[in-house]
Amino acid sequence: MDTKTLKKYFNEMYADNGAVREIYERYGRWLKDLPDGTLERRNAEAELLFRRLGITFAVYGEAGEAERLIPFDIVPRIFGASEWQRLELGLKQRVRALNAFLHDIYHDQEIIKAGIISAHQVLNNAQYRPEMKGVDLPNQVYAHIAGIDLVRISENDFYVLEDNLRTPSGVSYMLENRKTMMRLFPELFVKHAIEPVEHYPQMLLNTLREAAPPNVAYPVIVVMTPGSYNSAYFEHAYLASQMGVELVEGQDLFVNQQKVYMHTTEGPQQVHVIYRRVDDDFIDPRVFRPDSTLGVPGLMDAYCSGNVALANGVGTGVADDKSTYLFVPEMIRFYLGEAPILSNVPTWRLSEPEDLSYVLAHLPELVIKEVQGSGGYGMLVGPTSSKAEIEAYRLRILAEPAKFIAQPTLALSSCPTLVESGVAPRHVDLRPFVLSGKDVRIVPGGLTRVALTEGSLVVNSSQGGGTKDTWVLED
Amino acid sequence: MLSRTAENLFWMARHIERAENTARVLDVAHRTSLLPLDIEGTQAYLWYAPLNITGCADSYEVKYGLAKAETVSHYMALDPDNPTSIYSCLKLARENARTVRGAITSEMWEVINDTWLELNRLPKQMDYENFRDFFDWVKNRSHLFRGVTLGTITKDIGLSFIKLGTFLERADNTARILDVKYHILLPSLNHVGGAADYYQWGSLLKSVSAFEAYQKTYRDVISPQRVSELLIFRDDMPRSLHACMDEVEDALMAINGLSGKEARRLVGEQHAALHFGLTQDAFSEGLHEFLTDFLKNTALLSREIREAYLSRQDTTLNRQLTI
Repeated sequence: MDTKTLKKYFNEMYADNGAVREIYERYGRWLKDLPDGTLERRNAEAELLFRRLGITFAVYGEAGEAERLIPFDIVPRIFGASEWQRLELGLKQRVRALNAFLHDIYHDQEIIKAGIISAHQVLNNAQYRPEMKGVDLPNQVYAHIAGIDLVRISENDFYVLEDNLRTPSGVSYMLENRKTMMRLFPELFVKHAIEPVEHYPQMLLNTLREAAPPNVAYPVIVVMTPGSYNSAYFEHAYLASQMGVELVEGQDLFVNQQKVYMHTTEGPQQVHVIYRRVDDDFIDPRVFRPDSTLGVPGLMDAYCSGNVALANGVGTGVADDKSTYLFVPEMIRFYLGEAPILSNVPTWRLSEPEDLSYVLAHLPELVIKEVQGSGGYGMLVGPTSSKAEIEAYRLRILAEPAKFIAQPTLALSSCPTLVESGVAPRHVDLRPFVLSGKDVRIVPGGLTRVALTEGSLVVNSSQGGGTKDTWVLED
Repeated sequence: MLSRTAENLFWMARHIERAENTARVLDVAHRTSLLPLDIEGTQAYLWYAPLNITGCADSYEVKYGLAKAETVSHYMALDPDNPTSIYSCLKLARENARTVRGAITSEMWEVINDTWLELNRLPKQMDYENFRDFFDWVKNRSHLFRGVTLGTITKDIGLSFIKLGTFLERADNTARILDVKYHILLPSLNHVGGAADYYQWGSLLKSVSAFEAYQKTYRDVISPQRVSELLIFRDDMPRSLHACMDEVEDALMAINGLSGKEARRLVGEQHAALHFGLTQDAFSEGLHEFLTDFLKNTALLSREIREAYLSRQDTTLNRQLTI
């Protein structure tokens, strides 16, 4: 095994001396006793299962192959009960603060008055929606579903890489990965006490019910998708069917007298909660992008009148923006009066001249991201980029420095992963899904993404990353 | 149910049924082509039949010219450019199913998806002698889909739309098969009774899986009148017009709501004509005229169903809303 990699990066299964860590002990023993070729065989089985179930993922801009499987790795990633407890507290705390922040900036803007974050930073953000000013949402929740990306640097150091508060995806992979693992390795589930995740759809349904306009006894809930060509369509359909609600497109809905209806074979039926997987920009051509055919004309009017709930709420993007990210620890202190449990990655803002000159001098060591970007598109990973790539990126930064932030290249932890040469360490991150209704809820674990290319730190599925089942062991 | 969901279920079923029927039509052409033919130019005649039944003779001629066994088989089975080829139908059925995955069972989805994946593993060009196996495969996939559907889906309005799609398509197809055979292969009624006649009507019956039923029912030589009676008026033949309209009527009656009055009236009328009609009347009117009327009425019925349940035009819905 490559010990150099082991020293540099935290390996979650093996300690530096090569011994299996306690949490992985049972798994390690099982793996050692496994006859040769068993993993490879079960891996082929898993791929067949996924392909047959049609769990595919469309990748933008990839011609020829419209549907692709996200590679699934059959080696699980394991957390101990106490490790997870701390993460869970930290995640709930963070999401509470983010929702409080969103409520605040669309109401009294106390945080701006207190001088913690500048009015410019909030109000001039393209994702700030003035239409939402003064709109009251049930439970004051804006981000009902949050995907918080975490990376691990050492035994006890976790960093929040990014908050996803718009339409975070991936939860269907978390659920399907678990189902597949239980089918392929029932013996492992007998040996370990693993916290279940299968009740996520039920938890989501409850969260959506709680988001309904008050005084609606039996809210009609729908999942709204941009359509079957969207990359996450499988997930939209999957969640709708798991919750037993309709999967609608914009064309299925219409607004009459500030109420939303769907076209059914029995005539129009009123809708009270829309779990929408369509971005703000596209939900209502009368208010946002007029060329959008994915949305529903008049939806914002109905929403602001309180006749329909949207999950997530409109205007959450201002809080998960990479330049707002910097202020989350301050938000936690300001709104909750608590010390942040999870840390941010140190970040340079290239809108600040001092940060800019430091970053320009150290491009080959850093990761540069677009403030508005997502999914690993348009980022520069200094250490793995060529000189030409770095120089081209430098020009982009100089043209509009405020569009970028920079972070140190993190030594992401690694997990054993089945690759062509056998089981080898690959870098991972973690996206747990946090649900906010009357309470903040979370299923233990989340989606582990793994960079399948040796040495790569980019785990995004759009960039060749895979996923793993994530286990949280019971005490 | 969402109108769009109903629409996709309807078309999913229709496309699967159409794929099966195209396989049946081609299968019978393959069988017939093995018979000794004594008429000049019959080969081309024979291969125009499947093109005419499915209504793609014109687009075929543009691409290939004269009807030949290999090219007709390829065009109707595997050509992605032909919107009614088996390939296109299975592709569209999968698209429909994908759009409404939440409304069908995972078993149904797996059958449709598997079918599509298997189809894509087949060679793009098939040897002529392999087509028969291919047709059997298509029929089997369609049988499997229907069985899985009935065995797994909730008996609700979704199933009603699946049935509507299946049986409207099947009725349409049986009528077309009867019509084209009558005109292309049997120009003269006096010719009835010969060996060639036996084989031709025999293969027609086989194409709709009715050969054995015919023997069981009539225990006599195959005559056009009896074949027509069997495939038009008898309600115990699963592919007869009468049996199809039974199913369409049942499905329509099971759909709740105020919409669809005209569709229910139309199907009642059409069903009554088959229920009380007589074979000799159909023949005296002219079988071709009878079938043409039937196809026209079925098209009308399809349009009514579309307008009542499936289309989502704001005008109709706003009108409903104000009532």
